Amino acid sequence: MSVLVTGAVHASSVADNCLVRNDWICPEYVRTRADVLLAGTQEHLYITGVALLLGLAIAVPMAVLARQIRRIRPLTIGVSTVLYTIPSLAMFSLLLPFTGLSAATVITGLVLYSLTILVRNILAGLDAVDDDVRDAALGMGYGRWRLLWKVEVPLALPASFAGLRVAAVSTVALTTVGTIVGYGGLGDLITRGLSSTFRAEVFTASLLCVVLAVAADLLLLAAQKAATPWQRGRAG
Amino acid sequence: MGWVGATAEWFGDPANWQGRRGVPALFVEHMGLTVASLGLACLVALPLAVWLGHIGKGGVLAVQIGNIGRAVPTLAILVILVLAPRPPFGLSVTSALVAFTLFAIPPIITNTYVGMREVDRGAVEAAQGMGMTAWQVLTRVELPLATPLLMTGVRLAAVQLVATVAIAAIAAFGGLGRIVTSGYANRDVGELVAGAIIIAVFALVIEVLMAVLTDRVDPAKRAVRRARARTRQAVAAGSGPTPAGAVTRS
Repeated sequence: MSVLVTGAVHASSVADNCLVRNDWICPEYVRTRADVLLAGTQEHLYITGVALLLGLAIAVPMAVLARQIRRIRPLTIGVSTVLYTIPSLAMFSLLLPFTGLSAATVITGLVLYSLTILVRNILAGLDAVDDDVRDAALGMGYGRWRLLWKVEVPLALPASFAGLRVAAVSTVALTTVGTIVGYGGLGDLITRGLSSTFRAEVFTASLLCVVLAVAADLLLLAAQKAATPWQRGRAG
Repeated sequence: MGWVGATAEWFGDPANWQGRRGVPALFVEHMGLTVASLGLACLVALPLAVWLGHIGKGGVLAVQIGNIGRAVPTLAILVILVLAPRPPFGLSVTSALVAFTLFAIPPIITNTYVGMREVDRGAVEAAQGMGMTAWQVLTRVELPLATPLLMTGVRLAAVQLVATVAIAAIAAFGGLGRIVTSGYANRDVGELVAGAIIIAVFALVIEVLMAVLTDRVDPAKRAVRRARARTRQAVAAGSGPTPAGAVTRS
């Protein structure tokens, strides 16, 4: 966009583009601030990804353990319900004395939330395994761990993936609240846009959040299809 | 561990418990916004989901709306409404209510719809066979049986609202989240941890209260309670069947 008016220091000498008009949708903003958007997206992906991987790494053994040792099961469900009920703003702030103003505060909070969703869904998936199938495997001479790994885990995959997708989508959205400790990824752009009433920044960052959430969901759906070939052709 | 002392000190300071920015005033504001948006969301979502579930259409929409609700960050919608050009939006109660209501609708719709669809088809067909009208089937069979899941949706929405109203403080709205944001602004760990504790306890209390309410309004459980009470009365009066477990020991 070229500025035709020269010389006079006047309102008309300011280029009339979407940045000046403070439009919500502004290609000029995306073009000129690509580096900021990229950095925000990278931080967002890093926080979300680490939180989900850690959540999964803890949730799988926890769910298996809660199944093998029946007594710790109500405790697991009870603790996870309490954790999930704590609002994100409170969660991050309660972690702050331990991890300070750092990405670790946001990641820890998000791990606790995703853990809750994942443990419940994996447990539900394991519970739904038909007793006849279990008996058949035991009758074929399967041991406890081989039964778990070869029969129960594969059959629990659809429910586990459903949980992982919910966890991924909500983690992407919740990461924005991390802006309260200065590590909110795209959430930082949203609050910065708020304090400078910069609509394009707010809208673009918000849109990117939704795009990331949808992309994560579709990616996991594809992974689920690849991991459960016997389910192909079925709905869901 | 200086934060423990600082938090205790904040709770002990009478100045934090009075005036427009005191805990009671902020609590009333938080509660008011939560209840108002929950009421609005129920008003919109319950009839729609019950109707969709009754006619068995719009299942994809009912389930997808839950996914959309999860994918859109609450903070984004709040900030967009604050920066919206003219009244009634901007930093106003209307903006707050619109944003909160929008976020409370998805869990209510999804759970109510699933609850309505999961009603035993046999029960519905039996009711139709008995000559019940569509309205009677809806109000006497489907709704009572769908109540537990319907209430789960309302409970999820209520707890989520408490969290969303807290987040709204980041976008300069009121409520208990103000204590937390003010703690960050003042670099006062005691203040922000105290605010976080108050919000967390508030959410947990709402969760428990809604669980109790769900138990109370579930028609199936109420019927069981009534039947038990009748049996107790009958036994006390020396007539009626001997309740199970009251077998005389030999």
